[in-house]
Formats: sequence, C-alpha cells, structure tokens
Amino acid sequence: MQNENREVAIRLSGVKKMYKLGQIGGGTLQGDLQSWWARVRGKEDPNTKIGTDQRLVGQTFMALNGVDLTVYKGEALGIIGGNGAGKSTMLKLLSRVTAPTEGEIDIYGRIASMLEVGTGFNGEMTGRENVYLNGAILGMTKAEIDAKMEQIIEFSEVREFIDTPVKRYSSGMYVKLAFSVAAHLDSEIMIMDEVLAVGDMAFQKKCLDKMRDAAKQEGRTVLYVSHNMNTIRQLCDRCVVLDKGRVVFEGDVEEAIAVYMNTHKEAATFEDYTDYPCPKWLGNQRIKLLSAELVDKDQAIFTSKEPIHLRLKWRNLKDVAHVGLRIEIWNLEDVALATYFLYDFYSGKQNQTAEVQMKLDASLFMDAEYQMYFTFFYRDDFGNNQDIECVHGIRFEKTTSDAETKWVWRAKYWGYLHMPAPEILELKG
Amino acid sequence: MTQEKTEAQQYHTHISSKHRWFDLNLKEVWKYRDLIVLFTRRSFVLTYKQTVLGPAWIFLNPLISSIIYAFVFGGIAGIETDGVPQLLFYLCSNAIWIFFSSCVTKNAQTFTANAGVFGKVYFPRLTTPISNVLAAVIQFGVQMILVLLFLAYYLARGAVSPNWWAWLLIPVALVHLGVMGLGFGIIISSLTTKYRDLAILVNFGVQLWMYATPIVYPLSQLGDGLMKTILLINPVTAPVELIRFAVLGRGTIVPAYLALSWVITALVALVGVMLFNHVEKTFMDTV
Repeated sequence: MQNENREVAIRLSGVKKMYKLGQIGGGTLQGDLQSWWARVRGKEDPNTKIGTDQRLVGQTFMALNGVDLTVYKGEALGIIGGNGAGKSTMLKLLSRVTAPTEGEIDIYGRIASMLEVGTGFNGEMTGRENVYLNGAILGMTKAEIDAKMEQIIEFSEVREFIDTPVKRYSSGMYVKLAFSVAAHLDSEIMIMDEVLAVGDMAFQKKCLDKMRDAAKQEGRTVLYVSHNMNTIRQLCDRCVVLDKGRVVFEGDVEEAIAVYMNTHKEAATFEDYTDYPCPKWLGNQRIKLLSAELVDKDQAIFTSKEPIHLRLKWRNLKDVAHVGLRIEIWNLEDVALATYFLYDFYSGKQNQTAEVQMKLDASLFMDAEYQMYFTFFYRDDFGNNQDIECVHGIRFEKTTSDAETKWVWRAKYWGYLHMPAPEILELKG
Repeated sequence: MTQEKTEAQQYHTHISSKHRWFDLNLKEVWKYRDLIVLFTRRSFVLTYKQTVLGPAWIFLNPLISSIIYAFVFGGIAGIETDGVPQLLFYLCSNAIWIFFSSCVTKNAQTFTANAGVFGKVYFPRLTTPISNVLAAVIQFGVQMILVLLFLAYYLARGAVSPNWWAWLLIPVALVHLGVMGLGFGIIISSLTTKYRDLAILVNFGVQLWMYATPIVYPLSQLGDGLMKTILLINPVTAPVELIRFAVLGRGTIVPAYLALSWVITALVALVGVMLFNHVEKTFMDTV
C-alpha cells in the first residue's frame, strides 16, 4: 500500500475507554469521602459489601479495548459494527465529548462532529438566531456564519420560515436547517453518526451528495458510522469493522461488510424453534413452529438451479382452519426481496402436531446470503388475513458456479434476482 | 505541500488519557468569543420572549423586590439603613446581591443544564460560565441605571452624599464578586455531576448566604462582637460594603478583611478551575 506517503488526519493508538457498570459512585458525598479516606490510610473500604467479591463491586465495561487506527487525509472511512461494538464511543472520543481512559489520539485539522444535528437549538429562538448559535457552538465565528448565511438558508429549503421561532417548525424543517449549518462548516474532518436517517428522501439524497462532495472534491476527511450498508457503499472508500471494542477488520468496503455480516450468525441447515419467543407484535399466536430443516443438506448453500427442500414442523396452540404460509426472503441488510406464498393449505385441531415438506424454486436468486422468515396466517371471519406465527428462520446462500452465468454477479448494481431472459419477439437490422 | 503541513499542524489536537490538573486554555476560549456573546445574548432574549412587557421586566423585577424589602425590612422590622433613603439602599444592595447570586446559581448548573449540548459537541466548556457572568454584569448595569435615577432624585433633595472618588473601585469590586461567584459556581457544578444533592441545596444555601451578608441591613448595624467578625470573614461582605460606600456614601471597609476576601476569592477560583478542568473531560460518563 502507498499509505506510508499519505498524510495522516487522525491517529488513534492503544485507545481504551472504560465505563463503570451499574450505579456510579456511592451515590452520596459522605460515602465517597469515607471510601476515599479509608483508601488513603490503606484501610479496608467501609462501604464494601461484606461477602461480595471485590471485583464485582466496581464492575467495569470496556467500550473500547485497545483501538489502533489511522485515518488518512481525504478519505471517506466507514465504521460499522453491531450494537455495543464501540462505534459511538469512538466518535465521542474523537469529538472530544469525553476523554479516553487509556491511549492517545492525534487529530490533524479541525473537526466538525455531527453526533446529532441541531445541538443547542432552542425552540424559542428564530431559525436565523439558531443558525448563529449552532454555528458558533460548532466552532464558527460570527463573520464566518454571516458569510455563509445565504448558502445555509438556500440549502435548508426553509427560507420563508427563517425568522420564525423553530418551535413552530415541523420536525423535517428543523432537521433540514440543523443539517445545513453542520454541512457548511469549514472543517478538514467531518464525523457523522447516522444523521442521514432524517428528512425526506430528496433531502437525504442531497445530504449524501453534499458529503460525497466534501470527501471527493474538497479533499476533506469523512468518518461515517451507520447501520445502513447502502449509504456506506455509496459514501465510503475504506471501512473499519468494530466488534467488542476492537478493530476486527480494516480495508475494502465490500469485504468489511461481509466480515460484519458473518460475525452475526452461522448458517445452519436445521434450526430448533421450541424456545423461540413469540414476537411482541404478534397478538394472536395460534401455531407454534417447532423446527425448520433444509432436507438432505450438510451446508445451507445452493447452486443456481438447485431447488430448496424445506421441512417445517409445528404444533397447533388452538384449533386452526384455512392456514396459509408465507416464506419471506430478505437480504442480510434487512431489505425484503421476495416472498413465497402458500394459501389455505392446512386445517387442524388444538395440540396436534403437523409437518410439511416443500420444494421451493430458488433459481432466480443470485450470489448472496439470504434470510428466510416463516409466517403462518389465516383468514378470519371478517375476511382479513391475520398472522398467527412468525419466526426469523433459516439462512441460506446461493452460488452460481455454473458456466451458464458469464458474469460475476454484482448485487450492488443489479440487485438479487436474475430474471428470466427476455423473449425476443422481433429483431430488426 | 509544506504549507499544507503547517496548516495541519496549526490545528493539531492531541487527546491523551493523562491530563494536567491546571490547564487553563484561555487562547481557545478567546477563539470562541463569538459563542460567549451569543450565549450571553441568549440568556436575555429567552427570559423575555413571549412576555407582554418584554425587556421592561429587567427594570420591574429589581424595583418590585426592592420595594418589598423596603417594606418588610425597613418598614415592618424597622432596620436602620445608616441614614440612606431605604428604597435607594435596598435597590443598590439588591443589585449587588442579584449579581453575585446569579453568578453562583447559574454556574452551579453548568454541567447539568447543558448536558445535552456538552454531550454532542466539543467547545471550551468555560465559555458557558463566562457568559453567565457577563449576563450578570449586564443585568447589574441595567439595575444600576435604576439606582442612578433614584440617586439623582435623592441627591437633588440632599438626602445622600456618595463618595465619588470611590466609584473607580466599583469595577474592581465587580470583578472581585464575579470571580468569586464564578469560582463557587463551577465548584458546585463540578461536584453536582456526581452528587446531585448539591443542586438542591444550592438555592437554599444562597438564600441563607444572603442573610449572612449585609444585604438587607448595613454592617454598621451589628456593633462589635462575634456576629460582626463572622460577617467580616464572609468574603462577600467586603466588596458589598465597598460598592455601597461608593454609591451611597455609607459603608464599613476593613482593609484586612478586604485582603482576606481577595485571598479566598483567588483560592476558590483556582480550585474551581482545577475541578472544572478535571470534570469537563469525562463528566458525560457520569452525568
């Protein structure tokens, strides 16, 4: 890599951040003073609970556990990881909201951090007043804000309301104005924590474009944290995966996303759902799915034309009639792609168990991993379909090693379904 | 290339787990002076938004409370005011006390009241206490206009004789009170991030403090004794008497206790800034 020659924007070395679990402090000044005085004299802490392990009294949690990372100037770096992986903690340290427990951070350049848009906005003040205040909080001088005011108002699309107190704004207008201020900061480094999940679609696109410009054309450094893999793909040219407070992968965006996906769950061919909790939204569970199995498979991997043989077992919690089954296919980024429907295939009495084996045509799905959701439903007396059981089910993978496909499938641009070839009715010339 | 390098170095920030106890980065605070101005402005604008009388409240508030003081302490309790017209005495004392107490109480909430902002963006935290003090200075200035109006009236009637030369000392006394209030305020605010009890105590404590300071009565009323010594040790007493000495022409100034007050002020400010420095780095984890 030619990384050695590139200018460093941010360098983290051995950064750790520790949080205390549970109630912080003794709660009272007196208790803390007692403990402190005992420690000073080398005596036993009078506030230690008798019979408990000393380590358990002050349980700690390492949100970041030794992170080393270098961010180069002008790059757009994505940060992904599951909940609690340490993403937000890292951003908090970089934006200097809190200090690390151990380690050093060097930042070369001014930072505009957008852990939240509209920080310091006050409902009683007008849009214009808030732009000044918010801009100043983010580190702009009044002269800088004056110079940018016109651009900010233009970008925010709330010109008519700029002299109205923001408490009268709709939430969308509020966020648009707030984002506009942050987007017009003169900073070398931008830090963003999923602020894009706001505003309408058009405005979201506008924000993404603005940030891409910042990275690609103005040569600014962008750090972007998100759960949305699509925006990561669109915006970032390098990606870091955090897991349990450590960097587990650093490099290419697609690879990073793959690493992140795989840290989640192993693909199995048989799953037992006897202990699967009933989803909260499901008000009326009448069937309990017991298990699902990909028949005669060792691995949940299917080649292009290979059908999926699926066996489901369940028990009726009540008498059921005219039951149907939905098998929804989602990708691993939680986007629903397609659904198999089986209408009115079963009726049964309470406490009976039943089992069905099905053959699914999966030839349209291209190289990727997929997640199945099994949902049973029935038609009630009013003619509405009601879900009576739903399980986050088995995962499977498709590969097309066949010579028949002459392409490496690019899911990013082409999606997940390989539709049948168009039938040529006429070809002239 | 070299130019870019220097530019990058210009904005180099080093964050370390270790930090010094006393790290007063005034240069950075100065860079954020516009923010201080905006914060100061906000505290005024917000108080009087959506009120019918608007900014008139700045005058009405101290006037009404001074009239009440004059009625309760001067009228009912019959406290002597050293021959100074009662309304003028209470207007002046009230202005001084409101200045000091708002320095303390507003700054005491620095961390808890701004947790939302502090938790999301970095800016020198000291900007908030400084703007609180500035707002208090402006408030004091406005109240002094009121005092001057009444002073002019009583001067015309020959009821007061101010020590005009001592007016030069008023700014000094204001700085004195401001620094002290700021110091106490930020000490309390630093401790309240962990011990919320103090936040509740502070309003009560400041009220008590007022009665332990010659505000609703002049120091000369106490005679000599233990009470007077206690009051003189109270660091707020000396600057209060100094301002009243200048404006009203009556006040007890004991140079030794004035010096003591300055020493206490310096200590409080030093401890305050140290604690504040220590707490601001990680308070988000505990607040």
